[in-house]
Amino acid sequence: MLSPVAKEARTLAGERVIDVADLSLTFTTADGPVQALSHIDLAVERGEFVSFIGPSGCGKTTLLRAIADLEAPTSGAIRVNGLSPGEARAKRAYGYVFQAPALYPWRTVERNIALPLEIMGFDKAERDARVAKGLDLVNLAGFGKKFPWQLSGGMQQRASIARALSFDPDLLLMDEPFGALDEIVRDKLNEQLLRLWDVTQKTVLFVTHSIPEAVFLSTRIVVMSPRPGRIRDVIDSGFPRERTLDIRETPEFLEVANRVRHGLREGHSYVD
Amino acid sequence: MSIERASALRRRIMNVLPVTIVVTALVALWYVGALWMNAQLQGDFFANAGKTNYSFAEFAAAELNMDRPKLPAPHQILAELEHSTFEIDPSSKRSLVYHASITLEETILGFAIGSSLGILLATLVVHLAGLDKSLMPWIVASQTIPIIALAPMIVVILNQFDITGILPKAVIAAYLSFFPVTVGMVKGLRSPDPLQLDLMRTYSATRAQSFFKLRAPASAPFFFASMKVAVAAALVGAVVAEVTKSEDGGLGARLLAGSYYGQTVQIWAALFAAAACSAGLVGLIGLIDRATARRMGYAR
Repeated sequence: MLSPVAKEARTLAGERVIDVADLSLTFTTADGPVQALSHIDLAVERGEFVSFIGPSGCGKTTLLRAIADLEAPTSGAIRVNGLSPGEARAKRAYGYVFQAPALYPWRTVERNIALPLEIMGFDKAERDARVAKGLDLVNLAGFGKKFPWQLSGGMQQRASIARALSFDPDLLLMDEPFGALDEIVRDKLNEQLLRLWDVTQKTVLFVTHSIPEAVFLSTRIVVMSPRPGRIRDVIDSGFPRERTLDIRETPEFLEVANRVRHGLREGHSYVD
Repeated sequence: MSIERASALRRRIMNVLPVTIVVTALVALWYVGALWMNAQLQGDFFANAGKTNYSFAEFAAAELNMDRPKLPAPHQILAELEHSTFEIDPSSKRSLVYHASITLEETILGFAIGSSLGILLATLVVHLAGLDKSLMPWIVASQTIPIIALAPMIVVILNQFDITGILPKAVIAAYLSFFPVTVGMVKGLRSPDPLQLDLMRTYSATRAQSFFKLRAPASAPFFFASMKVAVAAALVGAVVAEVTKSEDGGLGARLLAGSYYGQTVQIWAALFAAAACSAGLVGLIGLIDRATARRMGYAR
Protein backbone atom coordinates (compact mmCIF):
# COMPACT_ATOMS: atom_id res chain seq x y z
CA MET A 1 0.00 0.00 0.00
CA LEU A 2 1.33 3.41 -0.88
CA SER A 3 0.76 6.51 1.20
CA PRO A 4 -0.93 9.56 -0.30
CA VAL A 5 2.52 11.11 -0.42
CA ALA A 6 4.00 8.20 -2.27
CA LYS A 7 1.15 8.19 -4.77
CA GLU A 8 1.66 11.88 -5.32
CA ALA A 9 5.24 11.32 -6.38
CA ARG A 10 5.38 12.80 -9.83
CA THR A 11 9.01 12.45 -10.66
CA LEU A 12 10.95 9.57 -12.10
CA ALA A 13 11.85 6.71 -9.83
CA GLY A 14 15.54 7.50 -10.36
CA GLU A 15 15.13 10.76 -8.53
CA ARG A 16 13.51 9.17 -5.53
CA VAL A 17 16.02 9.54 -2.69
CA ILE A 18 14.02 8.14 0.22
CA ASP A 19 11.28 5.59 0.05
CA VAL A 20 9.70 4.41 3.28
CA ALA A 21 6.90 1.85 3.09
CA ASP A 22 4.78 0.64 6.00
CA LEU A 23 7.62 1.12 8.47
CA SER A 24 7.10 0.13 12.08
CA LEU A 25 9.68 0.12 14.83
CA THR A 26 9.23 -1.18 18.35
CA PHE A 27 11.81 -0.72 21.10
CA THR A 28 12.10 -3.35 23.79
CA THR A 29 12.60 -1.57 27.10
CA ALA A 30 12.65 -2.69 30.72
CA ASP A 31 9.01 -1.54 30.97
CA GLY A 32 7.96 -3.62 27.97
CA PRO A 33 7.76 -2.85 24.28
CA VAL A 34 7.37 0.77 23.15
CA GLN A 35 6.09 1.35 19.65
CA ALA A 36 8.14 4.27 18.36
CA LEU A 37 6.91 4.19 14.75
CA SER A 38 3.70 2.78 13.32
CA HIS A 39 3.04 2.22 9.62
CA ILE A 40 5.05 5.11 8.21
CA ASP A 41 4.92 5.77 4.45
CA LEU A 42 7.04 8.50 2.98
CA ALA A 43 8.81 9.37 -0.25
CA VAL A 44 11.36 12.14 -0.70
CA GLU A 45 12.73 13.34 -4.02
CA ARG A 46 16.09 14.75 -4.88
CA GLY A 47 16.57 18.37 -3.82
CA GLU A 48 13.67 18.46 -1.37
CA PHE A 49 13.87 19.96 2.10
CA VAL A 50 11.57 17.90 4.28
CA SER A 51 10.95 18.76 7.92
CA PHE A 52 9.59 16.40 10.53
CA ILE A 53 7.72 18.11 13.32
CA GLY A 54 5.90 16.73 16.33
CA PRO A 55 5.98 16.51 20.11
CA SER A 56 8.56 14.49 21.99
CA GLY A 57 8.06 10.77 21.56
CA CYS A 58 6.46 11.02 18.12
CA GLY A 59 9.31 9.05 16.61
CA LYS A 60 10.73 11.76 14.35
CA THR A 61 14.28 11.19 15.54
CA THR A 62 13.79 7.42 15.38
CA LEU A 63 12.60 7.72 11.78
CA LEU A 64 15.70 9.69 10.86
CA ARG A 65 17.93 7.20 12.67
CA ALA A 66 16.23 4.29 10.91
CA ILE A 67 16.88 5.93 7.54
CA ALA A 68 20.53 6.37 8.63
CA ASP A 69 20.75 2.68 9.65
CA LEU A 70 21.33 3.69 13.26
CA GLU A 71 18.13 1.83 14.28
CA ALA A 72 16.72 -1.37 12.81
CA PRO A 73 13.03 -1.35 11.79
CA THR A 74 10.75 -4.05 13.18
CA SER A 75 8.80 -4.30 9.94
CA GLY A 76 8.39 -2.46 6.65
CA ALA A 77 10.99 -1.27 4.19
CA ILE A 78 13.29 1.70 3.71
CA ARG A 79 15.15 2.46 0.51
CA VAL A 80 17.81 5.13 0.31
CA ASN A 81 18.86 5.84 -3.27
CA GLY A 82 17.26 2.50 -4.09
CA LEU A 83 19.48 0.70 -1.57
CA SER A 84 18.84 -0.63 1.91
CA PRO A 85 19.89 1.79 4.69
CA GLY A 86 22.85 -0.45 5.53
CA GLU A 87 24.12 -0.43 1.95
CA ALA A 88 23.52 3.30 1.67
CA ARG A 89 25.48 3.88 4.88
CA ALA A 90 28.33 1.72 3.59
CA LYS A 91 28.33 3.87 0.43
CA ARG A 92 28.45 7.00 2.60
CA ALA A 93 25.23 8.28 1.10
CA TYR A 94 24.41 10.77 3.83
CA GLY A 95 25.86 13.23 6.29
CA TYR A 96 24.27 13.24 9.72
CA VAL A 97 24.01 16.26 12.01
CA PHE A 98 23.09 15.39 15.59
CA GLN A 99 21.24 17.37 18.26
CA ALA A 100 24.59 18.12 19.90
CA PRO A 101 27.62 19.09 17.79
CA ALA A 102 29.43 15.90 18.92
CA LEU A 103 32.77 17.39 17.93
CA TYR A 104 35.77 15.47 19.22
CA PRO A 105 37.21 17.78 21.89
CA TRP A 106 40.83 16.74 21.29
CA ARG A 107 40.63 17.73 17.63
CA THR A 108 40.76 21.30 16.36
CA VAL A 109 37.83 22.49 14.29
CA GLU A 110 39.61 21.78 11.02
CA ARG A 111 40.67 18.31 12.14
CA ASN A 112 37.07 17.64 13.21
CA ILE A 113 35.86 18.58 9.75
CA ALA A 114 38.59 16.39 8.27
CA LEU A 115 37.57 13.38 10.40
CA PRO A 116 35.19 11.74 7.90
CA LEU A 117 37.68 12.50 5.12
CA GLU A 118 40.43 10.68 7.03
CA ILE A 119 38.16 7.70 7.58
CA MET A 120 37.11 7.61 3.95
CA GLY A 121 40.71 7.76 2.78
CA PHE A 122 40.97 11.18 1.13
CA ASP A 123 44.59 12.27 0.70
CA LYS A 124 46.04 15.18 2.66
CA ALA A 125 45.87 17.78 -0.12
CA GLU A 126 42.25 16.92 -0.88
CA ARG A 127 41.38 16.99 2.82
CA ASP A 128 42.93 20.43 3.27
CA ALA A 129 41.09 21.79 0.24
CA ARG A 130 37.76 20.41 1.42
CA VAL A 131 38.24 21.63 4.99
CA ALA A 132 38.97 25.15 3.74
CA LYS A 133 35.87 25.02 1.54
CA GLY A 134 33.78 23.69 4.42
CA LEU A 135 34.94 26.39 6.81
CA ASP A 136 34.01 29.01 4.21
CA LEU A 137 30.63 27.42 3.61
CA VAL A 138 29.59 27.75 7.25
CA ASN A 139 31.36 31.11 7.82
CA LEU A 140 34.03 29.70 10.11
CA ALA A 141 37.08 30.71 8.08
CA GLY A 142 39.83 31.65 10.53
CA PHE A 143 38.54 29.36 13.26
CA GLY A 144 40.05 26.14 11.92
CA LYS A 145 42.86 26.04 14.47
CA LYS A 146 40.57 26.55 17.47
CA PHE A 147 39.47 23.75 19.74
CA PRO A 148 35.71 23.16 20.01
CA TRP A 149 35.47 24.56 23.54
CA GLN A 150 36.83 27.87 22.30
CA LEU A 151 33.74 28.26 20.06
CA SER A 152 30.17 29.28 20.90
CA GLY A 153 27.39 26.68 20.66
CA GLY A 154 26.20 28.05 17.33
CA MET A 155 29.71 27.97 15.88
CA GLN A 156 30.19 24.40 17.10
CA GLN A 157 26.99 23.31 15.40
CA ARG A 158 28.10 25.06 12.18
CA ALA A 159 31.38 23.15 12.40
CA SER A 160 29.41 19.92 12.72
CA ILE A 161 27.41 20.85 9.60
CA ALA A 162 30.65 21.48 7.72
CA ARG A 163 31.85 18.08 8.92
CA ALA A 164 28.69 16.39 7.63
CA LEU A 165 29.09 18.11 4.25
CA SER A 166 32.85 17.61 3.93
CA PHE A 167 32.62 14.38 1.95
CA ASP A 168 29.87 15.85 -0.21
CA PRO A 169 26.98 13.45 0.44
CA ASP A 170 23.82 14.15 -1.57
CA LEU A 171 21.66 13.64 1.47
CA LEU A 172 21.82 15.59 4.71
CA LEU A 173 20.03 14.19 7.77
CA MET A 174 19.64 16.77 10.53
CA ASP A 175 18.24 15.92 13.95
CA GLU A 176 17.16 19.12 15.73
CA PRO A 177 20.53 20.66 14.98
CA PHE A 178 19.56 24.07 16.34
CA GLY A 179 17.41 22.87 19.25
CA ALA A 180 19.89 23.94 21.91
CA LEU A 181 20.51 27.41 20.48
CA ASP A 182 18.79 30.67 21.27
CA GLU A 183 16.20 32.22 18.95
CA ILE A 184 18.51 34.85 17.42
CA VAL A 185 21.30 32.44 16.59
CA ARG A 186 18.75 29.94 15.33
CA ASP A 187 17.23 32.49 12.92
CA LYS A 188 20.63 33.29 11.55
CA LEU A 189 21.59 29.64 11.12
CA ASN A 190 18.23 28.93 9.47
CA GLU A 191 18.99 31.56 6.83
CA GLN A 192 22.48 30.17 6.35
CA LEU A 193 21.19 26.62 6.08
CA LEU A 194 18.66 27.64 3.46
CA ARG A 195 21.38 29.36 1.43
CA LEU A 196 23.57 26.29 1.81
CA TRP A 197 20.75 24.03 0.64
CA ASP A 198 20.19 26.29 -2.34
CA VAL A 199 23.88 26.40 -3.27
CA THR A 200 24.65 22.72 -2.77
CA GLN A 201 21.36 21.32 -4.15
CA LYS A 202 21.30 18.67 -1.42
CA THR A 203 18.31 16.75 -0.20
CA VAL A 204 17.68 17.58 3.45
CA LEU A 205 15.66 15.73 6.07
CA PHE A 206 15.28 17.97 9.09
CA VAL A 207 13.81 17.13 12.48
CA THR A 208 12.56 20.05 14.57
CA HIS A 209 10.32 21.12 17.43
CA SER A 210 9.77 24.59 16.06
CA ILE A 211 6.85 25.45 13.78
CA PRO A 212 8.37 28.64 12.31
CA GLU A 213 11.63 26.81 11.65
CA ALA A 214 9.85 23.97 9.89
CA VAL A 215 7.68 26.26 7.75
CA PHE A 216 10.51 28.61 6.90
CA LEU A 217 12.98 25.93 5.82
CA SER A 218 10.93 23.27 4.16
CA THR A 219 9.50 22.41 0.82
CA ARG A 220 7.41 19.85 2.67
CA ILE A 221 6.45 19.47 6.31
CA VAL A 222 5.65 16.10 7.83
CA VAL A 223 3.54 16.48 10.98
CA MET A 224 3.81 13.54 13.36
CA SER A 225 1.96 12.49 16.51
CA PRO A 226 3.04 10.24 19.36
CA ARG A 227 2.08 6.91 20.92
CA PRO A 228 2.52 5.25 18.54
CA GLY A 229 4.58 7.57 16.33
CA ARG A 230 2.86 8.13 13.01
CA ILE A 231 2.35 10.71 10.28
CA ARG A 232 -0.69 12.97 10.77
CA ASP A 233 -0.32 15.37 7.89
CA VAL A 234 2.02 16.24 5.06
CA ILE A 235 2.02 19.89 4.01
CA ASP A 236 3.58 21.35 0.85
CA SER A 237 4.75 24.85 1.64
CA GLY A 238 5.72 25.96 -1.86
CA PHE A 239 7.78 29.04 -1.04
CA PRO A 240 10.46 30.03 -3.53
CA ARG A 241 13.91 28.51 -3.06
CA GLU A 242 15.38 31.88 -2.31
CA ARG A 243 13.60 33.39 0.66
CA THR A 244 14.42 35.56 3.62
CA LEU A 245 13.17 35.60 7.18
CA ASP A 246 10.71 38.33 6.09
CA ILE A 247 8.39 35.75 4.55
CA ARG A 248 7.48 34.74 8.08
CA GLU A 249 5.16 37.76 8.23
CA THR A 250 3.27 36.95 5.03
CA PRO A 251 -0.27 35.53 5.20
CA GLU A 252 0.82 32.46 3.20
CA PHE A 253 3.43 31.65 5.82
CA LEU A 254 0.96 32.08 8.67
CA GLU A 255 -1.54 29.90 6.86
CA VAL A 256 0.92 27.03 6.53
CA ALA A 257 2.06 27.54 10.13
CA ASN A 258 -1.58 27.34 11.23
CA ARG A 259 -2.12 24.13 9.40
CA VAL A 260 0.96 22.65 11.05
CA ARG A 261 -0.23 23.85 14.45
CA HIS A 262 -3.64 22.38 13.80
CA GLY A 263 -2.12 19.03 12.87
CA LEU A 264 -0.02 19.01 16.00
CA ARG A 265 -3.02 19.82 18.19
CA GLU A 266 -5.13 17.11 16.59
CA GLY A 267 -2.39 14.60 17.24
CA HIS A 268 -2.38 15.55 20.88
CA SER A 269 -6.13 15.81 21.54
CA TYR A 270 -6.93 12.17 22.15
CA VAL A 271 -3.66 11.32 23.82
CA ASP A 272 -4.03 13.43 26.96
CA MET B 1 54.35 48.15 45.99
CA SER B 2 51.49 48.20 43.52
CA ILE B 3 48.23 46.51 44.37
CA GLU B 4 48.71 43.87 41.68
CA ARG B 5 52.18 42.99 42.94
CA ALA B 6 50.89 42.81 46.49
CA SER B 7 48.03 40.54 45.53
CA ALA B 8 50.32 38.34 43.42
CA LEU B 9 52.61 37.97 46.41
CA ARG B 10 49.63 37.23 48.61
CA ARG B 11 48.47 34.54 46.21
CA ARG B 12 51.94 32.96 46.19
CA ILE B 13 52.02 32.92 49.97
CA MET B 14 48.54 31.41 50.07
CA ASN B 15 49.73 28.68 47.72
CA VAL B 16 52.80 27.79 49.74
CA LEU B 17 51.35 28.31 53.20
CA PRO B 18 49.14 25.18 53.51
CA VAL B 19 51.97 22.93 52.33
CA THR B 20 54.43 24.51 54.76
CA ILE B 21 52.01 24.20 57.66
CA VAL B 22 51.30 20.52 56.97
CA VAL B 23 54.99 19.63 56.56
CA THR B 24 55.95 21.53 59.72
CA ALA B 25 53.17 19.88 61.69
CA LEU B 26 54.18 16.40 60.47
CA VAL B 27 57.84 16.94 61.33
CA ALA B 28 56.92 18.32 64.77
CA LEU B 29 54.62 15.35 65.38
CA TRP B 30 57.40 13.03 64.31
CA TYR B 31 59.86 14.54 66.81
CA VAL B 32 57.29 14.22 69.58
CA GLY B 33 56.74 10.60 68.56
CA ALA B 34 60.48 9.89 68.49
CA LEU B 35 60.92 11.39 71.96
CA TRP B 36 58.04 9.32 73.28
CA MET B 37 58.94 6.02 71.61
CA ASN B 38 62.65 6.07 72.41
CA ALA B 39 62.30 7.28 76.02
CA GLN B 40 62.26 3.83 77.61
CA LEU B 41 65.25 2.58 75.61
CA GLN B 42 67.33 5.67 76.29
CA GLY B 43 66.31 5.58 79.96
CA ASP B 44 67.63 2.01 80.15
CA PHE B 45 70.88 3.03 78.47
CA PHE B 46 71.45 5.81 80.97
CA ALA B 47 70.52 3.51 83.86
CA ASN B 48 72.92 0.83 82.60
CA ALA B 49 75.67 3.40 82.25
CA GLY B 50 74.98 4.46 85.82
CA LYS B 51 74.07 7.93 84.70
CA THR B 52 71.40 9.36 86.96
CA ASN B 53 71.99 13.05 87.00
CA TYR B 54 70.94 14.49 83.65
CA SER B 55 68.80 17.34 82.36
CA PHE B 56 65.82 16.88 80.03
CA ALA B 57 67.73 18.59 77.20
CA GLU B 58 70.60 16.18 77.62
CA PHE B 59 68.21 13.22 77.65
CA ALA B 60 66.30 14.45 74.58
CA ALA B 61 69.50 15.07 72.61
CA ALA B 62 70.70 11.54 73.35
CA GLU B 63 67.26 10.12 72.51
CA LEU B 64 67.17 11.77 69.10
CA ASN B 65 70.65 10.56 68.13
CA MET B 66 70.60 6.91 69.09
CA ASP B 67 72.24 4.28 66.91
CA ARG B 68 69.24 2.03 66.70
CA PRO B 69 66.23 3.99 67.88
CA LYS B 70 62.75 2.53 67.73
CA LEU B 71 61.75 5.59 65.73
CA PRO B 72 64.61 7.57 64.21
CA ALA B 73 64.30 11.35 64.17
CA PRO B 74 63.87 13.08 60.78
CA HIS B 75 67.35 14.61 60.85
CA GLN B 76 68.89 11.15 61.38
CA ILE B 77 67.08 9.79 58.33
CA LEU B 78 68.13 12.81 56.26
CA ALA B 79 71.73 12.37 57.35
CA GLU B 80 71.64 8.66 56.47
CA LEU B 81 70.00 9.45 53.11
CA GLU B 82 72.65 12.03 52.33
CA HIS B 83 75.47 9.77 53.45
CA SER B 84 74.39 6.65 51.57
CA THR B 85 73.38 8.57 48.46
CA PHE B 86 76.21 11.06 47.96
CA GLU B 87 79.13 9.94 50.08
CA ILE B 88 79.30 6.24 49.25
CA ASP B 89 80.56 4.99 45.90
CA PRO B 90 77.45 4.14 43.79
CA SER B 91 78.85 0.71 42.94
CA SER B 92 79.06 -0.22 46.64
CA LYS B 93 76.35 -2.36 48.16
CA ARG B 94 76.05 0.22 50.92
CA SER B 95 75.02 2.90 48.44
CA LEU B 96 71.34 3.80 48.10
CA VAL B 97 72.03 4.81 44.49
CA TYR B 98 73.15 1.23 43.81
CA HIS B 99 70.00 -0.25 45.32
CA ALA B 100 67.65 2.36 43.93
CA SER B 101 68.94 1.82 40.39
CA ILE B 102 68.20 -1.92 40.70
CA THR B 103 64.71 -1.20 42.00
CA LEU B 104 64.05 1.38 39.29
CA GLU B 105 65.17 -1.01 36.59
CA GLU B 106 62.76 -3.70 37.82
CA THR B 107 60.01 -1.14 38.31
CA ILE B 108 60.28 0.28 34.81
CA LEU B 109 60.47 -3.14 33.15
CA GLY B 110 57.55 -4.39 35.27
CA PHE B 111 55.57 -1.24 34.57
CA ALA B 112 56.18 -1.62 30.82
CA ILE B 113 55.00 -5.25 30.89
CA GLY B 114 52.09 -4.50 33.23
CA SER B 115 50.75 -1.46 31.43
CA SER B 116 51.06 -3.12 27.99
CA LEU B 117 49.17 -6.12 29.35
CA GLY B 118 46.61 -3.81 30.95
CA ILE B 119 46.00 -1.91 27.69
CA LEU B 120 45.74 -5.19 25.77
CA LEU B 121 43.24 -6.66 28.24
CA ALA B 122 41.18 -3.46 28.29
CA THR B 123 41.07 -3.39 24.49
CA LEU B 124 39.90 -7.01 24.42
CA VAL B 125 37.29 -6.47 27.14
CA VAL B 126 35.85 -3.42 25.36
CA HIS B 127 35.68 -5.13 21.96
CA LEU B 128 34.66 -8.69 22.79
CA ALA B 129 31.25 -8.74 24.44
CA GLY B 130 31.73 -11.99 26.38
CA LEU B 131 35.01 -11.01 27.98
CA ASP B 132 33.54 -8.35 30.23
CA LYS B 133 31.69 -11.00 32.21
CA SER B 134 34.14 -13.87 31.79
CA LEU B 135 37.50 -12.14 32.19
CA MET B 136 36.92 -9.14 34.48
CA PRO B 137 36.08 -11.19 37.61
CA TRP B 138 39.41 -13.03 37.28
CA ILE B 139 41.28 -9.79 36.83
CA VAL B 140 39.68 -8.44 40.00
CA ALA B 141 40.26 -11.74 41.83
CA SER B 142 43.94 -11.64 40.91
CA GLN B 143 44.36 -8.57 43.10
CA THR B 144 42.73 -10.11 46.17
CA ILE B 145 45.74 -12.40 46.72
CA PRO B 146 48.36 -10.71 48.92
CA ILE B 147 51.38 -10.10 46.72
CA ILE B 148 53.71 -11.05 49.58
CA ALA B 149 52.22 -14.58 49.46
CA LEU B 150 52.36 -14.82 45.71
CA ALA B 151 55.80 -13.34 45.09
CA PRO B 152 57.90 -16.35 46.25
CA MET B 153 55.75 -18.67 44.12
CA ILE B 154 56.23 -16.55 41.03
CA VAL B 155 59.99 -16.65 41.62
CA VAL B 156 59.92 -20.46 42.05
CA ILE B 157 57.71 -21.07 39.04
CA LEU B 158 59.73 -18.82 36.74
CA ASN B 159 62.91 -20.44 38.00
CA GLN B 160 61.57 -23.73 36.63
CA PHE B 161 61.68 -22.13 33.19
CA ASP B 162 65.19 -20.81 33.79
CA ILE B 163 63.89 -17.28 34.10
CA THR B 164 66.01 -15.64 36.76
CA GLY B 165 67.60 -12.32 37.57
CA ILE B 166 65.64 -9.14 37.04
CA LEU B 167 62.74 -10.64 35.08
CA PRO B 168 60.92 -12.52 37.88
CA LYS B 169 60.89 -9.33 39.93
CA ALA B 170 59.64 -7.33 36.96
CA VAL B 171 56.86 -9.91 36.58
CA ILE B 172 55.85 -9.37 40.21
CA ALA B 173 55.89 -5.61 39.61
CA ALA B 174 53.79 -6.16 36.47
CA TYR B 175 51.32 -8.27 38.45
CA LEU B 176 50.48 -5.25 40.58
CA SER B 177 50.58 -2.67 37.83
CA PHE B 178 48.46 -4.24 35.10
CA PHE B 179 45.32 -4.03 37.22
CA PRO B 180 44.82 -0.26 37.53
CA VAL B 181 45.64 0.07 33.81
CA THR B 182 43.06 -2.55 32.83
CA VAL B 183 40.33 -1.00 34.96
CA GLY B 184 41.19 2.58 33.98
CA MET B 185 41.49 1.83 30.27
CA VAL B 186 38.23 -0.15 30.13
CA LYS B 187 36.56 2.94 31.55
CA GLY B 188 38.54 5.24 29.25
CA LEU B 189 37.91 3.27 26.06
CA ARG B 190 34.20 3.30 26.93
CA SER B 191 34.15 7.02 27.67
CA PRO B 192 33.03 8.28 24.22
CA ASP B 193 29.37 9.33 24.37
CA PRO B 194 26.72 7.62 22.20
CA LEU B 195 26.62 10.48 19.68
CA GLN B 196 30.40 10.33 19.16
CA LEU B 197 30.08 6.59 18.53
CA ASP B 198 27.04 7.02 16.26
CA LEU B 199 29.05 9.50 14.23
CA MET B 200 31.67 6.84 13.49
CA ARG B 201 28.86 4.51 12.45
CA THR B 202 27.45 7.04 10.01
CA TYR B 203 30.87 7.10 8.33
CA SER B 204 30.90 3.28 8.21
CA ALA B 205 34.20 3.46 10.07
CA THR B 206 35.95 0.17 10.78
CA ARG B 207 36.50 -0.97 14.35
CA ALA B 208 40.18 -0.11 14.04
CA GLN B 209 39.33 3.42 12.84
CA SER B 210 36.84 3.89 15.68
CA PHE B 211 39.50 2.67 18.08
CA PHE B 212 42.34 4.88 16.94
CA LYS B 213 40.35 7.99 16.06
CA LEU B 214 37.80 7.92 18.87
CA ARG B 215 38.25 5.43 21.71
CA ALA B 216 42.00 5.78 22.15
CA PRO B 217 42.17 9.59 22.16
CA ALA B 218 39.06 9.80 24.36
CA SER B 219 40.78 7.54 26.89
CA ALA B 220 43.84 9.81 27.27
CA PRO B 221 42.91 11.34 30.67
CA PHE B 222 42.08 7.86 32.01
CA PHE B 223 45.30 6.52 30.52
CA PHE B 224 47.51 8.96 32.39
CA ALA B 225 45.60 8.57 35.66
CA SER B 226 45.99 4.79 35.52
CA MET B 227 49.65 5.07 34.48
CA LYS B 228 50.36 7.08 37.63
CA VAL B 229 48.73 4.46 39.85
CA ALA B 230 50.40 1.64 37.90
CA VAL B 231 53.94 2.98 38.17
CA ALA B 232 53.60 3.43 41.93
CA ALA B 233 52.16 -0.08 42.22
CA ALA B 234 55.02 -1.46 40.10
CA LEU B 235 57.52 0.03 42.52
CA VAL B 236 55.73 -1.58 45.46
CA GLY B 237 55.81 -4.88 43.57
CA ALA B 238 59.53 -4.53 42.86
CA VAL B 239 60.31 -3.81 46.53
CA VAL B 240 58.22 -6.80 47.68
CA ALA B 241 60.00 -8.98 45.12
CA GLU B 242 63.37 -7.83 46.45
CA VAL B 243 62.37 -8.68 50.00
CA THR B 244 61.47 -12.16 48.73
CA LYS B 245 64.67 -12.61 46.82
CA SER B 246 67.13 -10.29 48.46
CA GLU B 247 70.49 -11.60 47.23
CA ASP B 248 70.42 -9.38 44.11
CA GLY B 249 70.06 -6.12 46.04
CA GLY B 250 67.54 -3.35 45.56
CA LEU B 251 65.75 -1.11 48.04
CA GLY B 252 63.70 -4.07 49.27
CA ALA B 253 66.88 -6.01 50.02
CA ARG B 254 68.22 -2.97 51.83
CA LEU B 255 65.02 -2.85 53.93
CA LEU B 256 65.40 -6.52 54.78
CA ALA B 257 69.08 -6.17 55.69
CA GLY B 258 68.23 -3.20 57.88
CA SER B 259 65.60 -5.17 59.75
CA TYR B 260 67.94 -8.15 60.27
CA TYR B 261 70.42 -5.96 62.07
CA GLY B 262 67.95 -3.60 63.72
CA GLN B 263 69.28 -0.71 61.65
CA THR B 264 66.13 1.38 61.88
CA VAL B 265 67.76 4.48 60.44
CA GLN B 266 68.81 2.48 57.40
CA ILE B 267 65.29 1.04 56.99
CA TRP B 268 63.70 4.45 57.08
CA ALA B 269 66.25 5.88 54.68
CA ALA B 270 65.51 3.05 52.21
CA LEU B 271 61.77 3.68 52.65
CA PHE B 272 62.22 7.34 51.86
CA ALA B 273 64.39 6.52 48.88
CA ALA B 274 61.63 4.23 47.55
CA ALA B 275 59.04 6.95 48.10
CA ALA B 276 61.24 9.47 46.29
CA CYS B 277 61.67 7.11 43.31
CA SER B 278 57.93 6.55 43.18
CA ALA B 279 57.18 10.27 43.41
CA GLY B 280 59.74 10.95 40.68
CA LEU B 281 58.14 8.43 38.31
CA VAL B 282 54.62 9.67 39.02
CA GLY B 283 55.82 13.24 38.51
CA LEU B 284 57.39 12.29 35.18
CA ILE B 285 54.11 10.81 33.97
CA GLY B 286 52.37 13.94 35.23
CA LEU B 287 54.64 16.06 33.02
CA ILE B 288 53.88 13.94 29.95
CA ASP B 289 50.20 14.15 30.85
CA ARG B 290 50.33 17.93 30.98
CA ALA B 291 52.19 18.20 27.68
CA THR B 292 49.69 15.85 26.02
CA ALA B 293 46.76 17.74 27.52
CA ARG B 294 48.03 20.95 25.98
CA ARG B 295 48.41 19.33 22.59
CA MET B 296 44.99 17.65 22.75
CA GLY B 297 43.25 20.77 24.00
CA TYR B 298 41.87 19.32 27.22
CA ALA B 299 44.10 21.52 29.38
CA ARG B 300 42.41 24.88 29.73
